[in-house]
Amino acid sequence: MLIQKPSEFRWSEITPQAVYQQRRKFIRAIAGVAAGAAGTLAFPWAESLEAQTGVKLPNVSKSKLSTMDEKVNSYKDITTYNNFYEFGTDKDGPARNAKDLKDNPWTLTIEGEVGEKKVLHYDDLLKVAPLEERIYRMRCVEAWSVVVPWVGFPLAALLKQVQPTSKAKFVSFETFYDRGKMLRPEQAGIEFPYVEGLRLDEAMHPLTILAVGLYGEKLPKQNGAPIRLVVPWKYGFKGIKSIKKIRLVEKQPPATWNISNSREYGFYSNVNPEVDHPRWTQASERRLGEIFRTKTLMFNGYGDQVQSMYAGMDLRKFY
Amino acid sequence: MKPGALKALVFCGALLPLAWVGYRGYTGDLTANPIEYITHHTGWFALMFLVSSLSVTPVRRLTGWQPIIRFRRMLGLFAFFYGTLHFSIWFVLDRFFSFTEMANDVVKRPFITAGMTTLLLLAPLAVTSTKGMIRRLGGQRWMRLHRLAYVAAITAVFHFWWLVKSDIREPRRWAIGVALLLGLRAWWMFQARLSSRS
Repeated sequence: MLIQKPSEFRWSEITPQAVYQQRRKFIRAIAGVAAGAAGTLAFPWAESLEAQTGVKLPNVSKSKLSTMDEKVNSYKDITTYNNFYEFGTDKDGPARNAKDLKDNPWTLTIEGEVGEKKVLHYDDLLKVAPLEERIYRMRCVEAWSVVVPWVGFPLAALLKQVQPTSKAKFVSFETFYDRGKMLRPEQAGIEFPYVEGLRLDEAMHPLTILAVGLYGEKLPKQNGAPIRLVVPWKYGFKGIKSIKKIRLVEKQPPATWNISNSREYGFYSNVNPEVDHPRWTQASERRLGEIFRTKTLMFNGYGDQVQSMYAGMDLRKFY
Repeated sequence: MKPGALKALVFCGALLPLAWVGYRGYTGDLTANPIEYITHHTGWFALMFLVSSLSVTPVRRLTGWQPIIRFRRMLGLFAFFYGTLHFSIWFVLDRFFSFTEMANDVVKRPFITAGMTTLLLLAPLAVTSTKGMIRRLGGQRWMRLHRLAYVAAITAVFHFWWLVKSDIREPRRWAIGVALLLGLRAWWMFQARLSSRS
């Protein structure tokens, strides 16, 4: 096996954050001038909408783990441009169809290699741990990205409560599935219920959260209500939505896109500009609301916090 | 309605998809990812007009409505028009005028190879679409050249099919449509050969 040290990822090729933010500012400045020139015809996608599901979440504290220096995308961007294949494979399908999702009452079961099995009901989901706002970049495997002000709590907080046994090496997740109200697998082209998995150390990482809201309010259904996973250094599809079941397991669990096409979607799926999707480049991305593409950062810019977990791993092999 | 008026009407109708983008842009409704939306929108209509132009002959034959042939060139040119827009948006906004990046993509990414092939196949057809060119080429040669449209429809469907992640329902519908249109022609050719032999 080819052992590749993290230092061999040609960090030199990656645009330093300062430079790339400078570039962003420049593009934004140009867009601003253009919008000004257009007068009342301002670029519509530059607008920012406030949240509107109405159910404010109480006692949400700001987190130091948020990215501080990026413009958060509008509520409209975040809630009308979604991948939630159970409710349609077009980006606007989930926003139209996910209202059929009954997110209350809800049960989330945490079981498997645990000392104490746990069943959480709808109201319990907000009480697992103190709620924090986490502003994260999300990079989709389709080469677009978005900055989202999630509200949630570290997955680690929940996992500690169930006391993983020494056999627990991975965590598997499963989405709610209702054949009558959701797409069938042969329509979506992927298997349902949607499943995902993380290595235990990834699941316990402080950046990994379970989100129950965004923009200070309860999670809209198209974004995975009532509870979803957010792992900011991995491609967006790892962030499984509307979770019904969490299992701690010994062996690497199955993951839906990996089952569907293992050549294109690996189990790890860490954001990696050096490993292209076989059909398109992963070196750059388009931030929602922007016109030109920007460079994609290794681990989606969270490399300082997470790269040690992958020391010694060949990330070309374990993509 | 006079044929001329009908033609003007179809011409305006074919510009509606473009007007629609303009309208949605004006009202701020181009989705969260406007560039992707416009790219997909123009690509979809390029395919739609290409398939429409290929249905002219079968429709004429099946319905006996001869004047429809007058629309074939216009439909084909609109396919090229929307295809060119589709390509330009990608080249300018995704590849930022970089010919090396474009060449890389065309070589490395089968769905882009297929898309590029489609546009390159349609280009000579657009150039030779005038009456003068038909005369210069001669009817037979012109017809043979314009059979490239059949190939273009096939590569266009591959472009679409290879692009989608997992939900192949829409490209499959187009594939069936193109297969029917080309199949009909093959069947008629086969029958014509049989009858000419007897």
